[in-house]
Amino acid sequence: MQYLVDALSLGSLYALGALGIALIFGVMRLVNFAHGSIIACCVFSLIVPSVEAQAQLLAGRLPDWVLVPAVLAVGAGLSVVSEFVVFRRLRQANPATMMIASFALGFTIQNVLLLLYSSRPKSLDLWSQLGQSVELWGARIPFLQLITIGVGLLTLSALSFLLKHTRVGIEMRAAAEDFTMARMLGVRANAVITLTFAISGALAAAIALLLVSQTGVADIRMGLPIMLVAFIATVIGGLGSLAGSVAAGFLLGAVTVLLQVVLPLDARTFRDAFLYLGVIAVLVWRPQGLLASPTTVSRI
Amino acid sequence: MLLSLLLLAVAVAAALTGSEAVERTASEMFIRMVLVIGLYIFVGNSGVMSFGHVGFMCIGAYASAWQTLPVAMKQLVLPGLPQWLLDSSISPLPAAIFSALLVAVVALISGLVLMRLSGIAASIATFAFLAVVNVVYSNWDSVSAGTSSVVGIPVYANLWVTIAWAIVAIAIAFFYSVSRYGLALRAVREDPVAAQACGVWVYRERLVAYVLSAFVVGLAGVLYAHFLGVLNPDAFYLDNTFLALAMLVVGGVSSLSGAVVGVLSLSLLIELLVRMEDGVRFGETMLSLPGGAQEVLLGVAMILMLIFRPGGLMAGREIVWRKLF
Repeated sequence: MQYLVDALSLGSLYALGALGIALIFGVMRLVNFAHGSIIACCVFSLIVPSVEAQAQLLAGRLPDWVLVPAVLAVGAGLSVVSEFVVFRRLRQANPATMMIASFALGFTIQNVLLLLYSSRPKSLDLWSQLGQSVELWGARIPFLQLITIGVGLLTLSALSFLLKHTRVGIEMRAAAEDFTMARMLGVRANAVITLTFAISGALAAAIALLLVSQTGVADIRMGLPIMLVAFIATVIGGLGSLAGSVAAGFLLGAVTVLLQVVLPLDARTFRDAFLYLGVIAVLVWRPQGLLASPTTVSRI
Repeated sequence: MLLSLLLLAVAVAAALTGSEAVERTASEMFIRMVLVIGLYIFVGNSGVMSFGHVGFMCIGAYASAWQTLPVAMKQLVLPGLPQWLLDSSISPLPAAIFSALLVAVVALISGLVLMRLSGIAASIATFAFLAVVNVVYSNWDSVSAGTSSVVGIPVYANLWVTIAWAIVAIAIAFFYSVSRYGLALRAVREDPVAAQACGVWVYRERLVAYVLSAFVVGLAGVLYAHFLGVLNPDAFYLDNTFLALAMLVVGGVSSLSGAVVGVLSLSLLIELLVRMEDGVRFGETMLSLPGGAQEVLLGVAMILMLIFRPGGLMAGREIVWRKLF
């Protein structure tokens, strides 16, 4: 039971990350390496720029119901600004260039944070009262994990409602599946892309909040591990398939926890190696991903 | 071959300044050049972005360390090595060749699996490969001393050694790219369907490029180990991966000159920014950047370079004698 909740909570986190990456990747074929830095930026917007080990709250002082939208707005805003400044001019460039540009952007943001905050991980107390355990079906589960699962499911259902039943959502899905065709059918490219970046940024902010509550530490590199798993989940899930990336996020979370449980003690430090070998195996078996849309299956 | 002359000129210039720091920086630049040239052999010719090559660098570096560390230290720090490695310690040049060959073998095995993939799937698979290598080397303590570094590696990679290997790497890359295999792979890059229709076996061509590039990158790893004298798996993970890819893309992914120019320009830029952080005298005043701004400016410079020349600095062309005069 404990493991199930662990798997679901880790999977939710990965799924949120995967969705953030998959949205931008689907619409622009851009692997957004800046995503991890946006996560870090959202975390650091909560505290005052300083080099001390104990963080003082800046935005973190606001009452909760203002704090959450504020951080989401920071994430979305930063994402939209990055789109406007960097990616808009590179839309016609080849994917390698866009990818390196996004990496350079992430590198720049990370080093700006380094300038302002120093590389020392700071302790940050955000909603730590949620760390208490709750007795549920015979297992002691930290309340925060339930919150993570709850937030994950809520966000995913809200987004899926947006994507399936509203006009903008349908436009975004169409753009993710086949951008050129969507433009020909009247979807306004700039609007869709900007909105995609905004939602992706907001998702990054959500991940940031959850991560900070979970670990209580603010570190400039904290977005990187999640971002990397999110890329892998996006590709495994299927290019252009948003549902696929979410499913793959949950799958990776479940497999990670499963490996943690099943592997003998000696091999446990190599858990990640087995996970990535599994990723390679999945890719060799189905290179287009698990839930790929028919337009992306390569025909040769 | 003009490139080799260019590099020799840079090396001589560096040697002439007489300062050890400049020589070390130049050596490091040449090591990076070997890495990026190796990367170009695969990425530039096949069009498949590979994140995993720094993993080959890691394997090569550790392999050379295993062979050349003094015996007493080996037995102390790395007890898990097989006995025949623990008992002997060989001289650097054969060690380098053996290490690069080991890397090539690993590349052959992994390439047999990975080259069946195309496009983004291949890229993510290479990234998974890098992660596997990193996890294995970080945790297999008895063989690689884990995250505490391996120290005491003989340091012989000075300016002349590194430039010699850089020229060797350029030669390998050049002869590959004008060979039948290189041309076939470039055909696949441009239009896979047409290339297959002409009888090109995509899988084999990619495998050849992959193994060759791994060989060169393994050499870069060997040089890196003998340049620093200290090895740590963290050096072979994301930071170096992205720096190498950035140098390749900024220079121009599809040409050898692009690889070289990319490394040269970014290395110069980094050096310049580091110097500016220390302070530059303009007559009476001392202009200096705040500490830490160097990386920010580097990132901004890379973004600007890519915005204004999306194909990279060389945009796929080579530096050739005829076109200069």
